[in-house]
Amino acid sequence: MSLAEKTRPADTSRTTPGKRERAPRITDEHGRRVRGWELALRYLLLLGVLALTIGPFLWQLSTSLKGPTEDIFSSPPKFLPSDPTLHNYERVADTIPVWDYALNSLKVAAANVVTNCVGAALAGYALARLRYRGRRVATLVFILAMLVPVEGIIIAQFTTMRELGLNNTLVGVVLPGCVSALNVLLMRNAFLNLPYEIEEAAFVDGANVWQRFYRIALPAVKGTLAVVAIFAFMGAWDDFLWPLIVLSDPSKFTLTIGLNYLHGTFANDERLVAAGTIIAVAPLIVLFACLQRYFFRGVGEGAVKG
Amino acid sequence: MASPTLTTGTPDSRKGGVRRVRRQLPTSPWLFAAPGLLITGAFILYPFVSTLVNSFTDRRTLVPGEFVGLANFRELLHDDMFWIGLRNSSLYVLGVVPALVLLPLLLALLVQKNIPGITFFRSAFYTPVVASIVVVGLIWVWLLDERGLVNSLLETLGASPVGFLSDQWLILLSAMGVTVWKGLGYYMIIYLAALANVPRELHEAAAVDGAGAVRRFLTVTVPAVRSTMVLVAALSSVAAFKVFSEVYLMAGPNGGPAGEDTTLVMLVQRTGTGLTGRVGYASAISVVVFVVTVVLMLLVLRADRKEES
Repeated sequence: MSLAEKTRPADTSRTTPGKRERAPRITDEHGRRVRGWELALRYLLLLGVLALTIGPFLWQLSTSLKGPTEDIFSSPPKFLPSDPTLHNYERVADTIPVWDYALNSLKVAAANVVTNCVGAALAGYALARLRYRGRRVATLVFILAMLVPVEGIIIAQFTTMRELGLNNTLVGVVLPGCVSALNVLLMRNAFLNLPYEIEEAAFVDGANVWQRFYRIALPAVKGTLAVVAIFAFMGAWDDFLWPLIVLSDPSKFTLTIGLNYLHGTFANDERLVAAGTIIAVAPLIVLFACLQRYFFRGVGEGAVKG
Repeated sequence: MASPTLTTGTPDSRKGGVRRVRRQLPTSPWLFAAPGLLITGAFILYPFVSTLVNSFTDRRTLVPGEFVGLANFRELLHDDMFWIGLRNSSLYVLGVVPALVLLPLLLALLVQKNIPGITFFRSAFYTPVVASIVVVGLIWVWLLDERGLVNSLLETLGASPVGFLSDQWLILLSAMGVTVWKGLGYYMIIYLAALANVPRELHEAAAVDGAGAVRRFLTVTVPAVRSTMVLVAALSSVAAFKVFSEVYLMAGPNGGPAGEDTTLVMLVQRTGTGLTGRVGYASAISVVVFVVTVVLMLLVLRADRKEES
């Protein structure tokens, strides 16, 4: 979504009281007129929910920008910092290696995107298009894997990582989720929904399986691939329980584990924790603002499968 | 992981293409599926089986352990912490699921109409879903702090401050609130898709018959999105039973001074990790988590079928 679309609603919300004169032009999805008072009520409710969902993020941002001399506990609360400063962000970097943690998170998330896209596309294609004995068994394996509650197997995953000597490494953080069964099944469905005729034509023309996959099928499922990529990035960037278990060396921490450490050690320094959380959440909010379409699509496709 | 497969896959299939007769080598499907199958097998299915096996052993992180039969499960029966965990995780389901089935539906109805600026509101309501649970947890820890925003607002209104993060039950309730707050946008999107399929004639007919908004909600909307409500109930109840991060962040790693806010997954994490971790015992708790998860799914599906008949 473009910036233009994001700024427009702000104007509408500001002009809510004067809605009445614009109301006659507004119709609902059935093409019927929406009454003025109903519209005003709707916007009132929308603004209320907006305050509840976005307010906490803004409060955290505001806290992170308040200087050491400003009272952050005042009552009534002060919503805007009187003298905004980036001082707290410098202090976070002095307290924990926050930029190293961000880099670790970025590495883990990027690796998760690549492995999931490649692995899920290949396996999805094999399940949807290739004929071989054992295809049903392979499909069943992924369906079963999708049903296993990850929280219940973390200890066994941890001992497996120890046996492989990969605990306390970023590779160990990425591996268990690097080709998720849900993504494989999503890609399988996307390939199944393609018309078979095009590939048949290529088959007759002598295209081998790799060419059919890479040149014909894959470009046609780019949308689903984008959904897989975005959710792989978000999942890895936001993950908490697994990195908490597998990483013990503070120099290897990802952002979420680093934040937990910051909170555990400097819980009384609210400005510091606030700055840390803003560093962790800002990249994802930017990503979301740019690629909303795919975030919403992912919910639909993931929920139907999951 | 995937790259070796790619490189071995390409020359093979190219050879097949040149000969034109064998366009698909018998091995190529397996080469395509190999990375996924390997990862899934090694890091999901093997750990699952090994959790089941370990639950009958006294394995520790550094000690292989021996078969002990049902000893772990017998110990569970007398372990107060296990019962506290089971209680808290179950309470979590009871507290969170009704809210997550109903509130996102109301929210979806609120953002359904295409009025100016609605895309902005939809996106804004989804933002908590995008943020990490750690970020969300810490934001609310600060908001609900004894001297935080919520209490200072309460004070301004003349109320006395509430110890959201000091009372055992209030902590659990606050954590549930955070879970609901973070989940609203996600389930709202699911409901929006379902609402788009409700035929408008139904609404119009009900309106012509003089049904009010509440009446129409109960007699038209709810029956039309019932299967989605069941889906949301199933998804949210399984997720709620496995709650970890919210309570871990708000009550502390040990679930409060005496561990009275511990959930089952927190107990698994605390028991099974570290150099002295009791892998066998933690696996037994995990098996309980599996069983309850399956039971929850079956309960939701059964409730669905009963309502239908």
